[in-house]
Amino acid sequence: MPVEKKYETPLLDQLESGGWPSFVKEIKSAAEDNAMANDLLGLLEQSYQEKIGHWKHGGIVGVMGYGGGVIGRYTDLPEKYPAISHFHTMRINQPAGWFYTSEALRTLCDIWDAHGSGLTNMHGSTGDIIFLGTRTEELEPIFSKLTAAGFDLGGSGSDVRTPSCCCGKARCEWACYDTMGLTYYITNRYQDELHRPAFPYKMKFKMSGCPNDCVASVARADISIIGTWRDEIQVNQEEVRNYAKSGLDITKEIAMLCPGKCIEWNGNEIQIDNSNCRHCMHCINLMPKALAPGKDRGAAILVGSKAPIVEGALLSSVLVPFIKLEEPYDDLEIWELIENMWDIWCEEGKNRERIGEFIQRVGLGNFLDAVGLEPQPEMVAFPRDNPYVFYEEYFEEEEDQ
Amino acid sequence: MSDAQPKRLTDIGPPHYQLFLPPIIKENYGKWKYHEILKPGVMVHYSENNEKLYTVRAGSPRLISTKKIRKYAELADKYCDGFLRFTSRHNVEFLLTKEENIEPLIAELEALGHPVGGTGNAISSIVHTQGWVHCHSAATDASGIVKSVMDELLPYFKTIELPAKIRVALACCLNMCGAVHCSDIAILGIHRRPPRVDKESLPKICEIPNLIASCPTAAIRPSQYQGKPSVEIDEDKCMFCANCYTVCPALPLNNPLNDGVSIWVGGKVSNARHEPMFSKLAIPFLPNNPPRWPEVTSAVKHIVELWLKNAKKHERIGEWIERIGWPKFFRLADIPFQKEHIDDFKHAGLSYKRSVHLTYM
Repeated sequence: MPVEKKYETPLLDQLESGGWPSFVKEIKSAAEDNAMANDLLGLLEQSYQEKIGHWKHGGIVGVMGYGGGVIGRYTDLPEKYPAISHFHTMRINQPAGWFYTSEALRTLCDIWDAHGSGLTNMHGSTGDIIFLGTRTEELEPIFSKLTAAGFDLGGSGSDVRTPSCCCGKARCEWACYDTMGLTYYITNRYQDELHRPAFPYKMKFKMSGCPNDCVASVARADISIIGTWRDEIQVNQEEVRNYAKSGLDITKEIAMLCPGKCIEWNGNEIQIDNSNCRHCMHCINLMPKALAPGKDRGAAILVGSKAPIVEGALLSSVLVPFIKLEEPYDDLEIWELIENMWDIWCEEGKNRERIGEFIQRVGLGNFLDAVGLEPQPEMVAFPRDNPYVFYEEYFEEEEDQ
Repeated sequence: MSDAQPKRLTDIGPPHYQLFLPPIIKENYGKWKYHEILKPGVMVHYSENNEKLYTVRAGSPRLISTKKIRKYAELADKYCDGFLRFTSRHNVEFLLTKEENIEPLIAELEALGHPVGGTGNAISSIVHTQGWVHCHSAATDASGIVKSVMDELLPYFKTIELPAKIRVALACCLNMCGAVHCSDIAILGIHRRPPRVDKESLPKICEIPNLIASCPTAAIRPSQYQGKPSVEIDEDKCMFCANCYTVCPALPLNNPLNDGVSIWVGGKVSNARHEPMFSKLAIPFLPNNPPRWPEVTSAVKHIVELWLKNAKKHERIGEWIERIGWPKFFRLADIPFQKEHIDDFKHAGLSYKRSVHLTYM
């Protein structure tokens, strides 16, 4: 149904020009026949005039039986912008690797056009398909159509957030394990934890196929599974020579930038001291036709990264230096480890304390004890440089008579 | 009852990705051998069977209408048998098997206003958050700054000739839904006014013990208001994280006079060469100046161009700055170094310079 244009948007209009695609054009295009998108235009223009947002703090809305997947949102100006008095976000669990058919995309569009604002994010930061703005009474009908079409909601709040991954073996020669296969498995294994928040705070999984870490797993996931290998880099010397012939300065651009200083080039062949290779990917990135990760592939598992809130940003740190991740996934030992981690975090963690912050608070050594892992030197950048060791036992002198 | 509703489905998980893979990927899953970047935004992957998969990558504003998605679907039908994907940075990628379809597809994408590029040593799309479009805690808008910055940086999206890749991200408050803390350049919305206590509504909508516990610097103290429990803020202790506001809507921090943007540089997530690094504070505060945030766009462009001019090949911004040292970065960038640049949170001492490895020129 066509919507009568109600709002002048002189500030937003200035964001329609320029070479980068314009979100204002997108909202205007949706607003041609969607009252919610139209009211959003008016409200956003007001925010641009006043330099402040006009959304109220969330609210608990959702679909029956789920505690996550919908973010409640209401404007603080409902009389002025009635069509967006409710403007809830729905997170829809994306297919692993963000692959789609045109048919699947149209199905999603049909559902959203019938029940929401016609605006989306492809995709949200965590990886979900984001349906941006609908009313409470539309949530169940949307959910019912989504599940009929084979889609389900993603995570929000203190639950397992929607796992995401790089395109892995689907289109990358560097994938050291099947990121999409493992992501699909994890998402299904933890459906209950994903839909029903029961943790101290959010719990994110990200699966990257190699140390290039295209999904920023080391910075953005509580559990970061990053592909790597433990044997020799595969070398095709003929192709190395071809790269050199085409102008690549192998000494300057590769050997000198190698963090392990383990590469030598004699003008004819490249020599790699694999025992000192740090698996950084630089040489492989520069010569994909000549070099490849080894054949003994798997992943390292790191834990604890997060953005600043509350105690400061963290990068994930090594928990398992190397593990094979092959099917059948049911038989992998990591599930017991992950579930042990959740047990101790749920038992001892504070409200809104991410697992990385929890580990900082109790100490990695104590955390390892609790989850049943032995300390390994790969887990630290360097050993402690202070002498304040908490010894738990000591000898007592035998009592004098 | 014979007219029972169909069973309500729950916990079915996402659709299996195999439903959406083109035949060439199904046949070559795990059998890719190497790839080449043919030109900005265009890649070819070769399989062990010598099959070729072409990818055309186009930028997107992330906030897109269903009409645009339908347009993507139409292009996918026309040029790649209906198969496409999206990247972790919101780009759209079309997956082609016919080389002759590449140029017509690019022409249609460019005509649609979606530039092709963002591969290899280039800037890719800016990962960002919702801002004033949809968020209650935003200290700035997200989409408007991203649009304005990318309009300026577009030539660097459509190239593969930069010293290294550059990843820009934006988060509209410290919650960092966009997790910008490991980006070459991070644009971060910040509040600078402590929360105001809405004393009337606070006892009705907030759990006070939870609220007090939420403050990492213990700046929230219990108090009374008209005989009812309330809280007061020790403003000297507030560092504007807004965790209290997340826990309790009666403590808003949003404030047009004081909200704005900070700029951070030198982070990375890839392990290539240098280990992953956090972004560090370059510019503590720039004003919110919609619709185009000229101070922010020129600051970002300035840093990018300084890096282009001074970096060695393969040095990302953080690697470049680590080589030349932070004092030289501030001198070259002509950014005044001030008290806000010096860490005073946990582990702050680790950031103090503890040697005389200094440059004076």
